[in-house]
Amino acid sequence: MMSFWRRVAQNRGAVIGFALLAVVILVALLAPLLYDQSPWRMVQRPFLPPMAVDGFWFGTDTLGRDIGAGLAYGAQVSLLIGLVSTVVALAIGVPLGAIAGYFGGWLDDALMRFTEFFQTIPSFALAIVIVAILEPSISSIVLAIALVSWPPVARLVRGEFLSLRSREYVQAAVLSGLTPPAIIFRQVLPNTISPIIVLASLMVASAILLESALSFLGLGDPNVVSWGYMIGAGRTVLRQAWWICVFPGVAILLTVLSLNLIGEGLNDAFNPRLARKGR
Amino acid sequence: MVVSVEGLTVALPEGADRAFAVEDVTLSVAAGEVLCVVGESGSGKSVTANAVIGLLPDGVEPVAGRIVMDGRDLLTLPDAERRAMRGRDIAMVFQEPMTALNPLMRIGDQISEVFEAHDALSARERRARALTLVEEVGLPDPEKILRAYPFQLSGGQRQRVMIAMALALEPKLLIADEPTTALDVTTQAQILRLVGDLQSKRGMAVLFITHDIGVVAEIADRVTVMRYGRVVEEGQAGQVIAAATHPYTQALIAAVPSLIPPPPRELPVVPPALTVEGLSKTFRSGGGFFAKAREVRAVNDVSFKLRRGETLGIVGESGSGKSTAGRCIVRLMEPDDGSLHLGDADWGALESSALRAERHRVQMVFQDPYASLNPRSRIARILTEGPVANGTSWERALARAQELLEIVGLDSGALDRYPHEFSGGQRQRIGIARALALEPEVLVADEAVSALDVSVQAQVLTLLRDLRDRLNLSLIFITHDLCVAAQVCDRILVMRHGRVVEMGTTAEVFAAPRHEYTRALLDAIPGWSAESPLRRAFAQQAGAAE
Repeated sequence: MMSFWRRVAQNRGAVIGFALLAVVILVALLAPLLYDQSPWRMVQRPFLPPMAVDGFWFGTDTLGRDIGAGLAYGAQVSLLIGLVSTVVALAIGVPLGAIAGYFGGWLDDALMRFTEFFQTIPSFALAIVIVAILEPSISSIVLAIALVSWPPVARLVRGEFLSLRSREYVQAAVLSGLTPPAIIFRQVLPNTISPIIVLASLMVASAILLESALSFLGLGDPNVVSWGYMIGAGRTVLRQAWWICVFPGVAILLTVLSLNLIGEGLNDAFNPRLARKGR
Repeated sequence: MVVSVEGLTVALPEGADRAFAVEDVTLSVAAGEVLCVVGESGSGKSVTANAVIGLLPDGVEPVAGRIVMDGRDLLTLPDAERRAMRGRDIAMVFQEPMTALNPLMRIGDQISEVFEAHDALSARERRARALTLVEEVGLPDPEKILRAYPFQLSGGQRQRVMIAMALALEPKLLIADEPTTALDVTTQAQILRLVGDLQSKRGMAVLFITHDIGVVAEIADRVTVMRYGRVVEEGQAGQVIAAATHPYTQALIAAVPSLIPPPPRELPVVPPALTVEGLSKTFRSGGGFFAKAREVRAVNDVSFKLRRGETLGIVGESGSGKSTAGRCIVRLMEPDDGSLHLGDADWGALESSALRAERHRVQMVFQDPYASLNPRSRIARILTEGPVANGTSWERALARAQELLEIVGLDSGALDRYPHEFSGGQRQRIGIARALALEPEVLVADEAVSALDVSVQAQVLTLLRDLRDRLNLSLIFITHDLCVAAQVCDRILVMRHGRVVEMGTTAEVFAAPRHEYTRALLDAIPGWSAESPLRRAFAQQAGAAE
């Protein structure tokens, strides 16, 4: 385990990614301390440029709300939705992929056609429809994002299972009289963990993007402030007040970038042989 | 001397298990001579060959010594000149004919490409040369071969194409890195003969890398024995084999499984542990609206009885159906036809949970020691999982696991460790312990020693023989290697194209094979011709023992 983290630490991108993410997490956790008032409250005059007034480093928006507060509370929402929807997507995708890959045959065919059904629908359109039907709220957004992002997980896990189930140690387990669930959970699944972790870190990033896009279109939870919503609200005045859109945009960019860097770093650390090539 | 390697030392990248891949290696090959470099895995024999042709992987660098060819030190030449020498002066044949050819290029084009790379000949001349080369390496219907793609050729034919490509520019030195290891024994014999013929006809120098003493006895003029990156012994092949001076070489030769079977055991007449009757398995592939499905009768009407305490060898080349038969017997595959009985119980008729409950009666030892243990499980779990699933308490299973480790020659400290901490031979011992943990009535060993180095192979064979005697195991030993079969089996069953062509006691089969295929198999084993030094060495030993 130590050597694993040492390999991660050798990757400069991954270290930057972890540092960036740590900052975002810290801001999200400290939001109530940094800004003791609700981000929805109008606290200054509207269209206040950044740094113009002490304590309002990021300026205010069209209604005089503090953009800094929005950024901090928005970090909570983005991270929460990113994590929870990824966990839900894994909870759907991993079992489906495992069952399809392990048992094969008609069960595999049926499950994979079902997966393809989801893959053929443009995921963003499907997410919009789900949120619109269920009414925008954090839970409906999480559900929508999870429902559109599990198919790649199922595909990945199925592929891993297909290759692992013909391994000799799995066959030895079959010969030992182990039941299929025992073989799936104890023999095969632990060996698929590394690609799943890498995929999951990238999924968190895309979930954050999806959530921002939904909020941008006004399909966010009306009770919580989110980066996407802030950009959406500021876009009409982009030429008069650039800062309303740019700061949340940069926040999304950095968070997604950090997660991608982490994903890449983990991938290299899990496959040291691939990573060393070309050096 | 065509090429001479002087004091070559090649460094490994930091963090490798040793500092140097090869250390202070000196060897030389003269024109018209075959030098065999023999050693076990990790001995540095391939690194030496790759250093000569200049194909060392990144991070593996020669740090001392010289490789002299035509009075020039190859190690100091600029890349462009080394590239020009490859193919023209030095050519190489690799181990794996499946991956050494470009799957998307016709054979003719691949051979022509060799000339093209060196700007030799016109397009038409290239074609004509390719044709003569293909003819020279003994491929049937050369015109057709030139138009064929690699997938249309067999493994032996591909290796012949590789040799044709290597010979294209008439190199002075041919390096062959385990060129016959991936081939069946009869094909291997043909390729060895071909290399020998071409070498004497053209007066080439051949640097032949192998792990197989039999191959050395067959073709080598001189031999260099390597171990842990160092040369331990060298000399005339016949002399080294007959009277090795270094203890490692002696051990290596002693570990070679002898084609002369040990005296037969007396087996009590007991009812059979396993009865197989009319076993058949057909694979169907492809087939759709337009294509006809391809059918391969992998196992065709195989019948035999395995007595309690007996070891039956199933021998055959690749595609003979021996492994499929083994898998049907342990019920990892469903046979299409035929019956399997364990004692009186109908083993073949059991289904799902009833089968799972009885699985422990038939166990298997697998071929690949690196793939047969779950990399994320400790040895303790690997050995107890089966018994616990079959209702043994965990404490008892663990105690038994400790006993088993001792039986297979590992200490009980192994329990807390992970598979990657063990060598191939140790892992195979763990695999055997896992199979024994369930106290099976029948044990099927599928190529259980094929992936191991000879000295480790000899140890595992000794272990299996020992276990067989101590635990009165009924063992089915599946192998492609007749010599290995000769060492452990009481009876031998020879398979070809899914059918049993011969079955008899080991002594009978080896002394007087009845089927011509068995005879061909026996004749093809390298190094055991009547006047071979290996046969003489072993005959002497047997004589001394008596």
